[in-house]
Amino acid sequence: MPTVVVEIIVVLVKIAVVFGAVALVVAYLTYLERKVIGHMQHRMGPMRVGWHGLLQPIADGLKLFTKEDIIPSQADRWVFFLAPVVSLVPAFIAYAVIPFDRNFYITHLNIGVLYILAVSSLGVYGIVMAGWASNSKYAILGSFRSAAQMFSYEIFLGFSLIGPLMIAGSLDLVKIVDAQSKVWFIVYQPVAFLLFLVAATAETNRVPFDLPEAETELVAGFHTEYSGMKFAFFFMAEYANMVIVGAMASVLFLGGWSGPVLPGVIWFFLKVMAFIFLFIWLRATLPRLRYDQLMYMGWKVMFPIAILNIVGTGLVIYLL
Amino acid sequence: MLETKELILNMGPQHPSTHGVLRLVLKLEGETIVGTDVVIGYLHRGSEKIAENIPYFEFVPYTDRLDYTAALSSNLGYVMAVEKLSNIRPPERAEYIRVILTEFQRIAAHLVWLGTHAMDLGAMTVFLYCFRERETILDFFEMITGARLTINFFRIGGVPADLPPQFFARAWEFLETFPDRIKEYEALLTRNKIWLKRTKGVAVISAEDAIDLGLTGPSLRGSGVSFDIRRAEPYSVYDRFQFDIPIGEKGDVFDRYMVRVEEMRQSIRIIRQGLEQIPEGDLMTRVPRKLKPPAGAEVYVRIEAPKGELGFYIVSDGGEKPYRLKIRGPSFVNLQSLPLMVQGGLVADVVAAIGSIDVVLGEVDR
Amino acid sequence: MEPFFFFLFAAGAVISALLVISRRNIMHCALFLVLTFFFVAAIFVLLNAEFLAAVQVLVYAGAIMVLFTFVIFLVHIPRTEKIRRTFGQKNLALALGVFLGLEVAYIVYGAISAPASPAAAPVVQGGNTESFGVALFTRFLFPFEIVSVLLLAAMIGAIVLAKKEIDR
Repeated sequence: MPTVVVEIIVVLVKIAVVFGAVALVVAYLTYLERKVIGHMQHRMGPMRVGWHGLLQPIADGLKLFTKEDIIPSQADRWVFFLAPVVSLVPAFIAYAVIPFDRNFYITHLNIGVLYILAVSSLGVYGIVMAGWASNSKYAILGSFRSAAQMFSYEIFLGFSLIGPLMIAGSLDLVKIVDAQSKVWFIVYQPVAFLLFLVAATAETNRVPFDLPEAETELVAGFHTEYSGMKFAFFFMAEYANMVIVGAMASVLFLGGWSGPVLPGVIWFFLKVMAFIFLFIWLRATLPRLRYDQLMYMGWKVMFPIAILNIVGTGLVIYLL
Repeated sequence: MLETKELILNMGPQHPSTHGVLRLVLKLEGETIVGTDVVIGYLHRGSEKIAENIPYFEFVPYTDRLDYTAALSSNLGYVMAVEKLSNIRPPERAEYIRVILTEFQRIAAHLVWLGTHAMDLGAMTVFLYCFRERETILDFFEMITGARLTINFFRIGGVPADLPPQFFARAWEFLETFPDRIKEYEALLTRNKIWLKRTKGVAVISAEDAIDLGLTGPSLRGSGVSFDIRRAEPYSVYDRFQFDIPIGEKGDVFDRYMVRVEEMRQSIRIIRQGLEQIPEGDLMTRVPRKLKPPAGAEVYVRIEAPKGELGFYIVSDGGEKPYRLKIRGPSFVNLQSLPLMVQGGLVADVVAAIGSIDVVLGEVDR
Repeated sequence: MEPFFFFLFAAGAVISALLVISRRNIMHCALFLVLTFFFVAAIFVLLNAEFLAAVQVLVYAGAIMVLFTFVIFLVHIPRTEKIRRTFGQKNLALALGVFLGLEVAYIVYGAISAPASPAAAPVVQGGNTESFGVALFTRFLFPFEIVSVLLLAAMIGAIVLAKKEIDR
């Protein structure tokens, strides 16, 4: 068999495995969140469907699948239909470059980090399209704010990554993990890590930056008019983004797959889960920032700190 | 140049954070509020009119449904008004039981306020913690009165049942542990930067404006006015207890929050003193089967309900049924201050403001 | 394989571009423009300029076009507006179009009939991010700084204009 065909088949299998794993993780992430927040709030979370509620995501999935698909009469049909897709697809294709282990990745790009940033910047369009297509005041306001928030914090996300990138000297994710073989970057770049944490929370529209989706404040923001499977897509996109950001954190700051004894994939998974647990913990604890406070904090506080971090890192690298 | 148009945004009557069926029509310029119309009446049930058609005794359950988070307070106000109208003095033990239960009710009402207020601003966990304590208090109510929410316990002339023996041990236990719980809520909120950002300097109302608008209760005290009816015009046996009146400084959401949290602590003090001082005695004075207050008598009795000044104005024509019963619901008057509070603010602040005034639509619409 | 992908992306880019100017719903126009940029980025990848492709998506499609859509939100153009008026410039447009068409035909003809030249070798083995960075900060430093100043001027201008609105 010509090697090209074998290569293609191998890649397809890898894609299927990663896609399946991600879909499963995303679905069970909803369950994990409900359980963890439940226990933090002195209650138990889902308990009925399956043993201790383990089949809850499946029940939820079935429910959303069989729900009536409501399309507002004034909605722009094509855009309305495509918005959840445009939200979900970038979240999934970003996994193409993530190294789960030294030799386990779908593809090896020498611009890995840039690819992920580029692809996540496309996720904003899902929100923009959702707001526009719904043609309702609430949805437009919500999507406007969410989009502005997302791409402002994308900038900070990028800036916070420049520190580790300077130390690693490459945009290639595998090389970045290798550069951490002695010391993890979180030790060299604690400020960048904190910035990354805040920016990632805002990027993925999580508390305390979830105003655009806050039910209590604006009904439901940009996905007000969505029901059934389309709503499920937005939901899944948010969780898939969380996992991507967790994966980026673990690759860029926590040493990726490195760790003693256990296979690399398990370490990677544990680190991503630690990050996600942090996100869930934040959601249970903190109140929500008002939109103008959020933007203020980003541009007037985080941005200068990010630039100072870059300058500082540059100086240190130059002097050493 | 692009002109920013005025946008009319309608919040409610079905809205997760208007705390009931309240409708607000906000005039926005961009995201700044330039005008507010408060539309109420969605919960109007004609209580005052109903009162004219039934004997005095039968109206007590209707008062439960005014401020449904603090049924006993409304009960207390009404029975005190009728007692004053007819010159009836309830026995001391009954008064003490009333005060103890009313202060427990105050704590329960403030717990609902804190939980929902925090949840509106995103801190979900506080809601569950508050309701955990509220469950204990509701258990007390069930133990003593048989009901949890619409309690209907006070009667004209006293109380119908005594505090059961198992109540005292559990009450003391609650009084010991509750201050630590309040510390838990404060740990999550009071020094939390995000909470401070959402509440400090938001929805400010000055003391003069508050007094002009007839604002009462913790909302008034948050603006620095030290007026509490339990201290200014003591009723029942409140003059025998030592307690402080917490006041705020600036009249923003944060000050009103701190006032109510402190009030919970003061209620614990009052309950403690009540349990220590409670005398033995009767529970009810003798009241005629058909209660007919003197014709032409009219009375206005006000109490410090958890939300503010709850007043009952009753006019009697000598018959079994009141000629006119007017209820001064604190939330109705407090709600007037909302447009002034949110003027010039952002939409997100409206949610914080409504939560901080602590409106219950039952009292507003009656 | 390569020519197949090139023609695929090129056709995609051209069709999207045509759709940009022919749709009535302005949001659709903006979205097709994003699609066009995406295809252009794909062509960059075929030319081994991956860095440029990623930056094209990140900056052009991911940020600038989002700002375009914001403007569309704010201005709120009614969707069924048909823009049929040509403002009396039909003849001029036709003339210019023919002229440009002839230019393009000339260039294409020149490219087809010229001897095939070897494809430009990748500049540096290590990856074009490095070569890009090195070139930008050595050979092209001056234009880079000029562009930065230009962007700064544009930002300040925008802030001044917006500030006037707020103060009013």
